[in-house]
Amino acid sequence: MSDHKSIQAIEDELVEEFALFDSWDDKYEYIIDMGKKLAPLENEHKLDENKVRGCQSTVWLVSDYKDGIISFKADSDAIITKGLVSMLIRVLSNHTPDEIIEADLGFIQKIGMTTHLAQTRANGLLAMVKQMKNFALAYKIKNSMTHG
Amino acid sequence: MIESNTITKGLDVEAIRQQFPALNRQVKGQPLVYFDNAATTQKPQVVIDALVDYYTNFNANVHRGIHTLAEEATALFEASRNAAQQFIHASSREGIIFTRGTTEGINLVAYTWGRKNIKAGDEIIITEMEHHSNIVPWQILCEEKGAVLKMIPQQNGELLLDEFKKLLSSKTKLVSVVHVSNALGTVNPVEEIIKLAHQAGALVMIDGAQSTVHLDIDVQAMDCDFFAFSSHKVYGPTGIGVLYGKKKLLEAMPPFQGGGEMIKEVTLEKTTYADLPYKFEAGTPNIGDAAVLKTALEFVTKIGKEKIRNHENELLAYATEQLVQLPGLRIIGTAANKVSVVSFVIDKVHPQDIGILLDNRGIAVRTGHHCAQPLMQCYGIPGTIRASFAMYNTKEEVDKLIVGLQKALKMLL
Repeated sequence: MSDHKSIQAIEDELVEEFALFDSWDDKYEYIIDMGKKLAPLENEHKLDENKVRGCQSTVWLVSDYKDGIISFKADSDAIITKGLVSMLIRVLSNHTPDEIIEADLGFIQKIGMTTHLAQTRANGLLAMVKQMKNFALAYKIKNSMTHG
Repeated sequence: MIESNTITKGLDVEAIRQQFPALNRQVKGQPLVYFDNAATTQKPQVVIDALVDYYTNFNANVHRGIHTLAEEATALFEASRNAAQQFIHASSREGIIFTRGTTEGINLVAYTWGRKNIKAGDEIIITEMEHHSNIVPWQILCEEKGAVLKMIPQQNGELLLDEFKKLLSSKTKLVSVVHVSNALGTVNPVEEIIKLAHQAGALVMIDGAQSTVHLDIDVQAMDCDFFAFSSHKVYGPTGIGVLYGKKKLLEAMPPFQGGGEMIKEVTLEKTTYADLPYKFEAGTPNIGDAAVLKTALEFVTKIGKEKIRNHENELLAYATEQLVQLPGLRIIGTAANKVSVVSFVIDKVHPQDIGILLDNRGIAVRTGHHCAQPLMQCYGIPGTIRASFAMYNTKEEVDKLIVGLQKALKMLL
């Protein structure tokens, strides 16, 4: 995948962007902004089966697999959660199943989101990551079965 | 706008605050504003000291040993039972069962009295504003027995008693009602509910988890058959609570769990059970926390529940008045008779987002469904933001909440 940025490169970009902010308010404003900018998911996708259940907010996550590349779309009824999932999409979308499975996503810790969000909320973030990796794993297995 | 923050009707809030070390904490670089008291209250230094003192000087198992420490630990444990008896005005200490908390108290009644007395076709009535802990035990029981669970509906946070009267019949065996709603703050008219239920021949269980810290509890005057509360919501330790039951009912009930402490005599063929209250206290109890419950209850009594209530109600009125001025804010639960709990939603904003941004300013509120999903479904909302006040909260802190909300809304909208 030489024609576009690696997962690591995008993670590094995000870490750099967050380094510009001195206060948590600014960081949250940026996350909220990312949430607001994320294209809303079509209502047809807002189904129970597409829900990733966090602690309190609802997250819908759908994936698409074309020419060896996975893309994600998501939405949430809470804007900070939507901003968090928007970051995950920016990092993981448009990569191969293997790249997604192997991504270490160290940026979450580097931008302070694992420590700053309470455990109950961080679980929502981790649940989203897990769901995205599960999609990648499923496509990989499906792929290997089709192609021998 | 603010008169005196520290002294309201004889309550010296500043002096009280100094007794709660957790209030000195900084959260996210700001002094903690703790408005999640309906979930659990902070602990005064006397309670913390009493726990340390118990484990430092008295730790032993209760009731069995003949050595000095065992006798002293037993005396502390049983003195706490007496304190709990006095706190809720129970007629006898035998009617005071130590539990892990309100949830276990309700489950104890469901599993023992319920299993023995509920049959297919019987009906149990709860309300639409119950905490899950006063729903699920009865659902399990009803499913097992083929009994029917019914709910008293509510409107604007008040139970519809006319509907309750229609639900009552000779099939009604038990009415289990929350005294004070954790999500709305409503004080339910339990005296009237108990009277009506008794006239129909049903027993009444009162979930006192939220009421015991705010209201004067007199289980005899109330005439409830069962009453449960938790220590940790009354400034005491977690993991200990009380189930009160009328002695005659408790005596006729089968035990909850089997084991040590709850037996009189065990042979391989048959076991005879211990007398009340020990029949329901199998195994080594939570001695340390039980012993310290007394300290917490005495702490509250010494300050005076009425003084505390006046202060908390003043905070409630002040907070409500300020909150409704925020655009798009709607109070959920506007009953005439409330304790110091204010639940609200704001147009176009998810409660979780507000909770995160308030926490970012050191303000602790509860957001979500408050373990009362059926109630949230009534209102058609996923959850609320809830601020609940205790004796140590101040109007200045309410002002911080309002500023925090204004800033959060500016970021979110």
